[in-house]
Amino acid sequence: MISIQGLYKQFGKLEVLKGIDIEVEKGNVVVVIGPSGSGKTTMLRCLNVLETPTKGVISIEGNTLDFSGNVPKKNIAAFRRLTGMVFQSYNLFPHKTALENVMEGPVIVKNENKESARKKAQTLLEKVGLGDKVDYYPAQLSGGQQQRVGIARALAMEPKVMLFDEPTSALDPELVGEVLKVMKDLATEGMTMIVVTHEMRFAREAADEVIFMDQGVVVERDKPENIFTNPKEERTKKFLNMIQ
Amino acid sequence: MTELIKKSQRNGLVKMYLSSIFADPERTARLIDIAQSSFLPLLKGAIFYTIPLTIITFIVGLVLAILTALARISHVRIFQMIARVYVSAIRGTPLIVQLFIIFYGLPNIGIIIDSYTAAVIGFSLSVGAYTSEIIRAAILSTPKGQWEAGYSIGMSYSQVLRRIILPQAARVSIPPLSNSFISLVKDTSLASLVLVSEMFRKAQEIAASNYEFLLVYSEAALIYWVICFILSIIQQVLEKKLDRYV
Ligand SMILES: Nc1ncnc2c1ncn2[C@@H]1O[C@H](COP(=O)(O)OP(=O)(O)O)[C@@H](O)[C@H]1O
Ligand SMILES: [Mg+2]
Repeated sequence: MISIQGLYKQFGKLEVLKGIDIEVEKGNVVVVIGPSGSGKTTMLRCLNVLETPTKGVISIEGNTLDFSGNVPKKNIAAFRRLTGMVFQSYNLFPHKTALENVMEGPVIVKNENKESARKKAQTLLEKVGLGDKVDYYPAQLSGGQQQRVGIARALAMEPKVMLFDEPTSALDPELVGEVLKVMKDLATEGMTMIVVTHEMRFAREAADEVIFMDQGVVVERDKPENIFTNPKEERTKKFLNMIQ
Repeated sequence: MTELIKKSQRNGLVKMYLSSIFADPERTARLIDIAQSSFLPLLKGAIFYTIPLTIITFIVGLVLAILTALARISHVRIFQMIARVYVSAIRGTPLIVQLFIIFYGLPNIGIIIDSYTAAVIGFSLSVGAYTSEIIRAAILSTPKGQWEAGYSIGMSYSQVLRRIILPQAARVSIPPLSNSFISLVKDTSLASLVLVSEMFRKAQEIAASNYEFLLVYSEAALIYWVICFILSIIQQVLEKKLDRYV
């Protein structure tokens, strides 16, 4: 299980997260929606410890970081390996092929044997439908293909939870489907996922729960069928009206 | 000799020189002989001193430059300060003065360094300061997302730096670094002034013995030119190769 308790994050005077509490059951998919600037990205980045929370406790399957005190760097590195991050702008390593991008973590961070890492990377790329593109450089791939490499790269570290930050919002419309399909397959396989997205169809079809965030707090959380058809909070209604 | 100079003033130097070659078969033979006999010593100066000095100082200088660039972008105040003072001092003083301080100055406080080592130290410090700015700009030009992608798969600062950031920074900095390298080839001629027997010092010695300054220095110039020409071709090839997938 993954839990976030009392998560606060401040940038200087700007309070971005104001006490977030979220739990995600193992194998569940949680979709996070909310207006731009509401702190969704910051929340994911705190979970990946790319940002250091001002305070709060995050925990993944028994590994806990409590930011009320000082957290040693070593613990952060270990914790980070429990999460796989997929970025809006892919952030592939441009000087490495698709295969090398996926192998990098296992070989360098986990000290895996190169040959077995290569085989594993090949399998992962086949899984995301890029078995024939392993030797391509990112610049030779379409946005949708790059993002799928990004997913494979994160999966290669065998994370306990996958974090997606608007994985399809930088894509041309016709490329969105191929990425969402990979994500749905992952969900079906039982991967625990937290997905920030505006793809409501994905939320409806794949999410176990939808969380609506606004101005640094969780406003409402419910099953997708409830939140989309019968939102309880006024702010949720307004937001859903705006995007539909 | 004075007669020669007077005459040359009247006729124009080049015309004088050329006509002196072709008008007087004996002199022509002497010049050809000098050109031939000085070529090997000059080439030796280039191969055994100029080129190794350039390569060694460039490598040491690059290491210094990377450390300096990292110090500049680090969040540690004292590192930033040291790096700033170093770059400012080196850029703010003439290279020849730095070389003289190291070779002729340091013995006054009991530090005696042989001329070759003094040149290596002087040129390395210089290369380090100037190219640190190139490296720093290149590191800063790498998108922040690259650091984050590295961290997100569990890499440490030094792993991200070595495997993700520096290779990309290298690509960006190849053209300016090549320029620095080519400049360095020529700058090593200053080592002649701290008694390193590199190519230009060899040329000075040869010319001092036969007074054919124009011929011998032109010959040295030609060798510098050829070296730099070859280097600029290598630069182009390298840039093309690294540019392929970006
Ligand atoms: N590194 C940062 N420094 C300062 N402010 C930031 C930083 N990152 C995000 N913010 C601010 O935090 C707020 C929430 O941003 P973000 O988490 O990206 O929202 P969302 O992903 O929901 O659009 C925004 O006002 C943004 O400007
Ligand atoms: Mg965002």
